[in-house]
Amino acid sequence: MRLREHPRVFLLLAPALLVLGLLFGGGVLLGLARSFGYMPLLGLTEPNLDAYRAIFADGHFLRSLGLTFYIAFVSTVISAVLAVGIVLILRQTFLGKRAILFLFQLNITIPHLVGAVGILYLFSQSGALARLARELGMIAQPADFPILVFDAAAIGIILQYVWKEIPFIGIVALATLQAVGEDYEAVARSLGANSWQRFRYVLLPLMLPGVAVASVVVFAFTFGAYEIPALLGQHHPAALPVLAYRLYTDVDLAARPQAMALAMVITLLCAALIAMHLRLLRRNLRS
Amino acid sequence: MATVLSAPQRGLPWFQRLCLGLLLLWLLLPLVPPLVWSFAKGWYYPQLLPASWSLDAWRYVLAPHSQVLASFASSLLCSGTVAFLAALIGVPAGRALGMCSFRGRGWFEMLVIAPTIVPGLAVALGLHIIFIRLGLANSLAGVIIVHLIPTLPYMILVMAGVFANYDPRYEEQARSLGANSWEVWRHVILPAVYPGIIVGALFAFIVSWSQYVMTLLIGGGKVVSVPLLLFNFASAGRNDIAGAICMLYIIPGALIVLASARYLKGVGVMSNLSNP
Repeated sequence: MRLREHPRVFLLLAPALLVLGLLFGGGVLLGLARSFGYMPLLGLTEPNLDAYRAIFADGHFLRSLGLTFYIAFVSTVISAVLAVGIVLILRQTFLGKRAILFLFQLNITIPHLVGAVGILYLFSQSGALARLARELGMIAQPADFPILVFDAAAIGIILQYVWKEIPFIGIVALATLQAVGEDYEAVARSLGANSWQRFRYVLLPLMLPGVAVASVVVFAFTFGAYEIPALLGQHHPAALPVLAYRLYTDVDLAARPQAMALAMVITLLCAALIAMHLRLLRRNLRS
Repeated sequence: MATVLSAPQRGLPWFQRLCLGLLLLWLLLPLVPPLVWSFAKGWYYPQLLPASWSLDAWRYVLAPHSQVLASFASSLLCSGTVAFLAALIGVPAGRALGMCSFRGRGWFEMLVIAPTIVPGLAVALGLHIIFIRLGLANSLAGVIIVHLIPTLPYMILVMAGVFANYDPRYEEQARSLGANSWEVWRHVILPAVYPGIIVGALFAFIVSWSQYVMTLLIGGGKVVSVPLLLFNFASAGRNDIAGAICMLYIIPGALIVLASARYLKGVGVMSNLSNP
């Protein structure tokens, strides 16, 4: 890519700078100010750490943080591993490949909420799978079916994310493999590499950069998503975004700075992910 | 490349076929209960299939003055406008990012990547009070503006990719023949990059179409988009109507995939711009 100097590049950038700077930058900065209790409009001009002290003193926050981290980590790892495995099969030519690729792409466009509703109707204790289990004589009543939604282990939430993110990561990995072609693998084969060695030393290193970037995006999304844990999660502890929304809409207005503090904790974690994302992207561009 | 060519004729080993079968099942499975529910009349445990079928949910959803159709129309208007604005703002920015070197490029890249990572809720919470002061809260206009935050970065990144692979020599030729800036955009640049604009705009549409919490917060319950309605029916236990809304809600995405597979050669173009 040969970059050029452009005399009026600022004109090209101005609208996007304005929109993203004001809306995104403004939103983050205002949230930060409010999390410190700094609201000149309301006459609050003494920044303080009360909101942060309050959330850290409250046991809910740390449990929510732990839960959210666990959901994001487990969902991302399972999705990435299964996506890589499935792509090894999908990259070959076979009957019905187009249909599966269509379903992959369709799934990416399906809003998460639809997946969450589907998981709810499928995995609840009176859901479709519980009925199937009863039909097969595996359970006698709904209570015998394992609790997979509104559960402490957040299995329903994780299942929903895995459903949505396997195609997301898979498409990225597939595109990477298609872009590099089959030459490297053919060389490895002619040098006597077996299928595990070809995967471990050729295909995996080729896929990894794209999969890593996609996984960072997935982790950030699953960490900050609201509607999926709101529909499929248990009440306590709730995922961090759900807790933040609850605090923000609490009748007690004093809870709002705490909601902002939670939003800032989420943002801070994401800032670390952005740094990682940019490093990965730039490394990918260089290679 | 005999090794590569010989593979398809043999077919896949049984284990791989089993995996593909499971994948197919897993991809379709969560869509089945909502579909069945939308045609069910009371589908109680332990019935494996509904005892009786009915079109009641669909009649309710598609009734001339139904709340569902109204929210569908308002969501279409919202996401359509968002996609248009994102294209309008994102195409020039993508050109700058794809073709030009400028001071602060790294910072600009970060500003574009950041909204794809930082959750919408965190940003919308900060913006809410300002939107109230500006009279933008609880209005469709406010929701459209706030939807630009997650959509615009995708548009810019798509266009940066398109412009990075674009040959600027045609422009130079047009300029040397006396074309002004507007004519160059109209007759050279836009025709060359419009497939990218279409793909970017379609995905901006889908990203906006899927937004939930930003609409909830900034729309304040006054702007009832399809997902808000779906959430309400699902948590109120109206599974039949929720099922029908699910089916309606995924139609635009399906149409977009069909269209882009047909006209824009699917996977390659879509890989870098899908929403997580």
